[in-house]
Amino acid sequence: MSRGAVLLAVFVLVLLALPAMVNNYVLSVAVLILYFAYTGQAWNVMMGFAGQLSLGHSLYVGVGAYTAAALFTHYQVGPWAGIWAAMLACMLLGAVMGFLAFRFGISGVYFALLTIAFAEFTRIGFDHLDWLGGSGGLFLRVERRDMNDLANLRGSPVMFYYVMLALAAAAFAFCAWLLRSRAGYYWQAIRENEEAAQALGINTFRYKMLAVVISSGMTALAGVFFAFYYNNLFPEQIFHISRSIEIILGPIIGGLGTLFGPVLGAVLLTVLADGITELVAALGLDIPGVKQVFYGVTLLLVVMFLPNGIWPAIASRLGIRPQGSGRSDD
Amino acid sequence: MSVDVANVLNLVLAGVLTGLVYGLMALGLSVIFGVVRVVNFAHGEMMTIAMYATVMLFTALNLDPFLAVFPVAAGFFVFGYLLQAGLINPFVTRPEHTQFMLLVALAMILVNLLLMIFGPDARNVQLDYLLESIELGPLLIDRGKLYAALVACATAAAFFLFFKYALLGKAIRACADNYLGGKVVGLNVKRLYALTFGLGSACLAVAGCMMVLLVDVTPVLGPSYTLLAFVIVIVGGLGSMAGALLGGVLIGVSEALAGLYFTPSAKSMFSFALLILVLLFRPQGLLGKRP
Repeated sequence: MSRGAVLLAVFVLVLLALPAMVNNYVLSVAVLILYFAYTGQAWNVMMGFAGQLSLGHSLYVGVGAYTAAALFTHYQVGPWAGIWAAMLACMLLGAVMGFLAFRFGISGVYFALLTIAFAEFTRIGFDHLDWLGGSGGLFLRVERRDMNDLANLRGSPVMFYYVMLALAAAAFAFCAWLLRSRAGYYWQAIRENEEAAQALGINTFRYKMLAVVISSGMTALAGVFFAFYYNNLFPEQIFHISRSIEIILGPIIGGLGTLFGPVLGAVLLTVLADGITELVAALGLDIPGVKQVFYGVTLLLVVMFLPNGIWPAIASRLGIRPQGSGRSDD
Repeated sequence: MSVDVANVLNLVLAGVLTGLVYGLMALGLSVIFGVVRVVNFAHGEMMTIAMYATVMLFTALNLDPFLAVFPVAAGFFVFGYLLQAGLINPFVTRPEHTQFMLLVALAMILVNLLLMIFGPDARNVQLDYLLESIELGPLLIDRGKLYAALVACATAAAFFLFFKYALLGKAIRACADNYLGGKVVGLNVKRLYALTFGLGSACLAVAGCMMVLLVDVTPVLGPSYTLLAFVIVIVGGLGSMAGALLGGVLIGVSEALAGLYFTPSAKSMFSFALLILVLLFRPQGLLGKRP
């Protein structure tokens, strides 16, 4: 077995055994890590693989969450059926946005701003949609926390941990497969040089569309999980641009375009945020804003000194070849 | 003239005046992007700092915001210059997402520093003449808004003349048109970038001083003004100075009318809808040149 495989096996065992070893607080942090690992992986398909910068992924989290939650509260449709509706809604939304943007030749900064505009537009729209609770929020019934009802996604934190673990693992495997598929290679060609890719006969419009649709569909699942885990949805929170930024920090810090980057980024950022909270409390500096300043300074330092992310640097130390080629700086 | 028509006209007029201040804010972003090619994701946060500086100068020294323009703009010029020279210059050749991360981190630090120092409560300046208005037939013009808009116009005109006629302004435009060409003819491009960022920040600072006359300031205003500035420059045309003012006025009026015909909380939905339409059908903006 190669070194990479051994490390991976140990990692998987620790993840499976985790709920037996830790308390509820650590478990909730672990769920958060897995959530960001998953959404980071989904965003990475679009930006890390295909080079299309989206700053509006909260749009898909929000629409996914609201679709499944609305079906559940208004029509008693369970989450496992709601997932399909949520994915369909988000993939359609992604397709519409991608179609408009790519047909009209919008790229780079302009594309990123378009994704923000769509997310903000939807946020304010949902704020005024009374059927979905408007700005007052949409709430899901919480029955018994001690009963695990997997069919309706109602239950204990341990159940949510395993659901999120399964999602994150599936996303990892799916992305590993994608990277080695024909589409994966086409995406990387588009990312590095779109004109050259086109000259080689790649239908860049079709493959960029594919990246957006896959990424938005994957993100929709995270939204459904979010809705059933937190049981309350507010447009102001779920569609907010800071949610989009949270999603993309992990993969960028971890290593854009790599498979382990989003996972590592999610672990580091969540632990960092938590560590800062503890540190600030220990130092008695508990005034609003202190945490985020520390967090911002750390991000600033990482971007300044490790522009390619942390995973490529660690992987070479451990003697593992980073999976997926990281984006080359030009 | 019926009351309704006069009412609408008053709102449109107020929208135009507010829009000119918005336009000045966006002008700073447009100048920076047009030359340095870096999107300043901390734009609104920086303006919020200028607003706090104005409020502080007023409460501590009783300095009128129209006089506070000078020290605040000078301070922001230095701040912008140092920011570009020290932090952003190494990033100008890096990929867009890295620049974005850098400025998002900066924005996060700035907005939360304000929160730490000033707390979440709203602050404002209380001046007697802000409550007065000028009557012009059926129209009521708010004096504070009118003066703020005039200062915005004067500042924009000064910038326009500087970039059109001053040697330094021409040199900056040369760098913007052709980075390599600028270097070849012996321009110190990095220094000119820093100057541009300083000038853009000074412009933003003037807008911030004027904005204090229109709204109460809280730390969380920052991110929403950043988005507003993006909307305006894209609608007007990134890099076009007249476009920024036109975009500002359009957004100001659309906000005012959305507040009348729908609900005020839905006003920025119209701005974003306008942004999406412009991006799709005229991506260079209303007054922008095709790249």
